[in-house]
Amino acid sequence: MIEARNLWKNYGDTQVLERLNMTVAEGEFVTLVGASGCGKSTFLKLLLGVEAPSRGELLLDGQPIPDEPGPDRGIVFQQYSVFPHMTVLDNVVAARAFQKPGVSGFLFGAAKRDAIDEAKSLLEQVGLSHALDRYPHQLSGGMRQRLAIAQALLGKPRILLLDEPFGALDPGIRADMHELVLKLWRDYKLTVFMVTHDIKEGFHLGTRLWVFDKLRHDPHAPNAYGARITYDIPVGQRDDVTLEALDNDALTQRNHP
Amino acid sequence: MKRLINKTPGLRGRWLLGLLPFALLLALYLGASDVRLEANPNDKLLPSIEQMGAAMHNLAFEPSKRNGDYLFWVDTASSLQRLLLGVAIAALIGLVLGLLTGALPLVTAGVSPLLTVVSLVPPLALLPILFIVVGLGEVSKVALIAIGITPFIARDILRRTQEIPAQQLIKAQTLGANSAQTIVRVLLPQILPRLIDAVRLSLGSGWLFLIAAEAIAATDGLGYRIFLVRRYLSMDIILPYVAWITLLAFVLDQLLARANDWLFPWHKAGHES
Repeated sequence: MIEARNLWKNYGDTQVLERLNMTVAEGEFVTLVGASGCGKSTFLKLLLGVEAPSRGELLLDGQPIPDEPGPDRGIVFQQYSVFPHMTVLDNVVAARAFQKPGVSGFLFGAAKRDAIDEAKSLLEQVGLSHALDRYPHQLSGGMRQRLAIAQALLGKPRILLLDEPFGALDPGIRADMHELVLKLWRDYKLTVFMVTHDIKEGFHLGTRLWVFDKLRHDPHAPNAYGARITYDIPVGQRDDVTLEALDNDALTQRNHP
Repeated sequence: MKRLINKTPGLRGRWLLGLLPFALLLALYLGASDVRLEANPNDKLLPSIEQMGAAMHNLAFEPSKRNGDYLFWVDTASSLQRLLLGVAIAALIGLVLGLLTGALPLVTAGVSPLLTVVSLVPPLALLPILFIVVGLGEVSKVALIAIGITPFIARDILRRTQEIPAQQLIKAQTLGANSAQTIVRVLLPQILPRLIDAVRLSLGSGWLFLIAAEAIAATDGLGYRIFLVRRYLSMDIILPYVAWITLLAFVLDQLLARANDWLFPWHKAGHES
């Protein structure tokens, strides 16, 4: 479904990604881990269409990924993912309104009633039915991310992109969110790409785990080389050798930043 | 002993400290006024409270001998009408211009440099042009206020629009929103409270332009009156008028601040979501 062919990305002199080749099938849950600045989020931006590849191709069903965000690719960011000026219910209803053509983005009459009913049932699924009239700033971090996920799903995306969605949450709440994401992934038959800093989270959630790292390193020009996918692990394969190799990598990285 | 930088006044202390400078200024004025009037009962420079009260009573509650108007209220109504009209026009133009310029990079490229240059033109220098083009009537005064503060509001709204996190725009697009829907439902509502903030900040200049225009060409208005009675050294009218203008400015500012809290409860609280 998604395929990268010799994909490069640089910002000026800073090489972020180099020689990326991979294919991802529909329904996979790919988790992306790696040190900060290793191009995980850049890769997500390429999938999203807000950044374009510098060289090579990134294909969706054999076609280049559209060069702007669209409803086939949903996104949840770590923050700023929901609209702060709308109540929980409005956030979801607005998402429905955005799918209709028109200039105002408001719904009226029967369409509005339908959208409200649908929004309520979706919010029930993510456990927010008690907070319909609250504004995002009145929600906890976990509830806010639930809302962001509910909203993203309403667009009926084929691909769901998650950019460190649970990075700011407490461990207990994280576990709840993991269950929610896995349930929705199965129910909606999504293809998920999730950036995370937490390698355990990556193993727990993904069907496939990618480690982004720089293979070549020039200490005098740290930006000269980009990162590649150094490990592509089908999860399930959690044998000691792989884990140890990952640990060693993490160690060397810490020692030679 | 606590460090000075850690000492904070309580509620009563804050009120007391806040009112103290006002009381001191008032006492200083009354003392000086007494001293001067003692020396010369006809002194006009520092009139007593009674003199100011009598002068204001004449203007506010006695019909004018010339045309039967209650001058104080006529002045207030004319000035407020000019000010509010000018500010409203500026707010509307500034909002549309700033929002579109901030939201659409193509418009930004076309309008932003012009806006920067225009905002550097001193509005008062345009007043003669306005008088020549639209005459000495109401239009020129309203236009001066509008022209004077529109660039400020437009630039402020432009910047605020660009400050809205890109994530929200991306999110809206992934939900299928087109450009118009994104502007109307994501940007516009979040800009409105910032528009009110911008209007609050520009009211000061608004008053400045109003009084300047009234001083030069008007037949009524708060600014007209104080410049008129200046010829007779009527400090007993000028001082209360200045206080009244200050009070009006204060009330307008507070009304806008309250309106912001009331209309947009999400505005102050949540910037982190």
